[in-house]
Amino acid sequence: MSGVPPNSWRTGPDMEGHFGAYGGRFVAETLMPLVLDLEKAYEAAKKDDAFKTELDGLLKHYVGRPSALYFAARLTEKLGGAKIYLKREDLNHTGAHKINNCLGQILLARRMGKTRIIAETGAGQHGVATATVAARFGLPCIVYMGEVDIERQKPNVFRMNLLGAEVRPVTSGSRTLKDAMNEALRDWVANVEDTFYIIGSAAGPHPYPQIVRDFQTVIGNETRVQILEAEKRLPDLVVACVGGGSNAIGMFHPFLDDPDVEIHGVEAAGDGVETQRHAATLTKGSPGVLHGARSYLLQDRDGQILEAHSISAGLDYPGVGPEHSWLKDQGRVKYFSATDRDAMEAFMALGRLEGIIPALEPSHAIAHVMRVAPRMAKDQIIVVTLSGRGDKDVFTAAAALGEKL
Amino acid sequence: MSRIAARFAELRKANRAAFVPFITAGDPDADTTFAILERLPKAGADLIELGVPFSDPMADGPAIQASSLRALQGGMTLSKTLDLVQRFRRKNATTPIVLMGYYNPIHRYGTARFARDAAAAGVDGLITVDLPPEEDEVLRVPAAAQGLDVVRLAAPTTDARRLPAILNGASGFLYYVSIAGVTGTKTFSAAAVREAVAKVKAHSQIPCVVGFGIKTPEQAAEIAHFADGAVVGSAIVSLMAEAVHSGPAKAALVENVVNFCASLADSVHAARHEPVVE
Repeated sequence: MSGVPPNSWRTGPDMEGHFGAYGGRFVAETLMPLVLDLEKAYEAAKKDDAFKTELDGLLKHYVGRPSALYFAARLTEKLGGAKIYLKREDLNHTGAHKINNCLGQILLARRMGKTRIIAETGAGQHGVATATVAARFGLPCIVYMGEVDIERQKPNVFRMNLLGAEVRPVTSGSRTLKDAMNEALRDWVANVEDTFYIIGSAAGPHPYPQIVRDFQTVIGNETRVQILEAEKRLPDLVVACVGGGSNAIGMFHPFLDDPDVEIHGVEAAGDGVETQRHAATLTKGSPGVLHGARSYLLQDRDGQILEAHSISAGLDYPGVGPEHSWLKDQGRVKYFSATDRDAMEAFMALGRLEGIIPALEPSHAIAHVMRVAPRMAKDQIIVVTLSGRGDKDVFTAAAALGEKL
Repeated sequence: MSRIAARFAELRKANRAAFVPFITAGDPDADTTFAILERLPKAGADLIELGVPFSDPMADGPAIQASSLRALQGGMTLSKTLDLVQRFRRKNATTPIVLMGYYNPIHRYGTARFARDAAAAGVDGLITVDLPPEEDEVLRVPAAAQGLDVVRLAAPTTDARRLPAILNGASGFLYYVSIAGVTGTKTFSAAAVREAVAKVKAHSQIPCVVGFGIKTPEQAAEIAHFADGAVVGSAIVSLMAEAVHSGPAKAALVENVVNFCASLADSVHAARHEPVVE
């Protein structure tokens, strides 16, 4: 914790897109005018009631918001400690939180007169959500996806194809999310006139981390209202998984200025943070510059980016959104990690105890809850984002359990 | 006067454009890079752009991506890149070397320490693709303290409002990116690039060097008619790829690259002195 805490944790980023020492616009000159245009368009959209009305309407009628805040009675009972509530983003149309942001961004794309949509995807959830909104608005859509991820997320690849999107396999580097993002940036640089890049993580050059966060804060805003209704008070602890960190920042942001609410982000520890195979950027990384922003990164001594490893494709990213880096340094949010094995246990437990098969990404957050809830009092409250459903992960889970489908 | 300023002064006097070859440090190994570097000035290179390999070269097309990867697999690092420059400087005191790469390795090295070590090794300028003017102060200040130029870029998307801000604070030369795209992919439109260079010239005396889409001696000559320099990168490093795949002796590889560079240089240098064929 450095110095005096700010009056509010919610004022960032500054005019240059910085959250303290993090964020910024580290992009090639060719893209610089485009990110400046995007910033202008977003600022205008924020002030436009018609934009908000259209987005709210779509979130309600197309996505099915508000998503439920569900009291997980059997999980709570089993763990014997704090009451556990699940914010059910898995119940959204397309099965994850990603659609919240995609709708906002495609409305921006339309305002800017862009006619072609591109996106990167790791687990495929953001790709599916982008393909969905592109279909909904009749725009052609290309999704970049690492070859490795295509292999482990086949159901989502097929879904994107059904929605009319073209999935372009990325064969460079580690062939996962970071490389898909490189390739999407290359596409954008080559198609500056007509293309809108819908980034799915709270990462990338300013203003993306802010845009993605703002469109995802619907998660935390709803949760506040719902928990006040259910418990007449705010939770003691809010938990979410962190890859790039979009569902986490969307959940955390509305609680940042509530000093009595503790906030935990959970990264993917892969085989363990003591091994070389993990994706725990905030836990084990160091500050650097990648994909347009300064943030924590997994990198070697020469500043080359290391490959991340996680059973969950959506967390398999060697960077993290810049606001999380700032919140970590400031000490407002604490970051933990859960291994592949922890996540698989949580994945199984939630299915058997609650009849909910979670995606592997939030299974990491559930794993953390399973560790901390028993140490908390029975009248304490935990809220955790269940950011997506696990249908897409059944093949991966089966493989991890040594079963063949 | 810096090596870069001296070189452009000479070129102006001779009414010639600069030929600027790009090779990646350590592709496929340090000794091969050194063998090429050493022969480039005689082959006609007026300045040399030495690529610093990075794991995530977002502004590069397939040829330079592959080249970076080969260099990293061969163990190249930023500090070994400086060693290469130092070796080159033992025999050559006049040909400017500009390092081209991405910011993270420099950030990791530490900008102040890097500026000092780069200047000591004999580097003359830095092109850092992902440090636009909005973010480059962090490098510009320590670089200037060491007499290093921080070369800024302008692109087809750079508008009339932005250009003066870029030029104000540019040093060494301006790098005009001839295409909206990654390196070595699209083909530039000569008319559009000529117009863009003219706009730069209207604002500033700084030399304007063009790169990103130039692959052949003919294209390089086209650029040399109106720009102060032409950079060729992907077409050169593609020769390395072929050599790595077909595995000829290192000497033959070096010979190939040097000969190709000589043909590019001849073409650039002759451009303004040959009658224009209509």
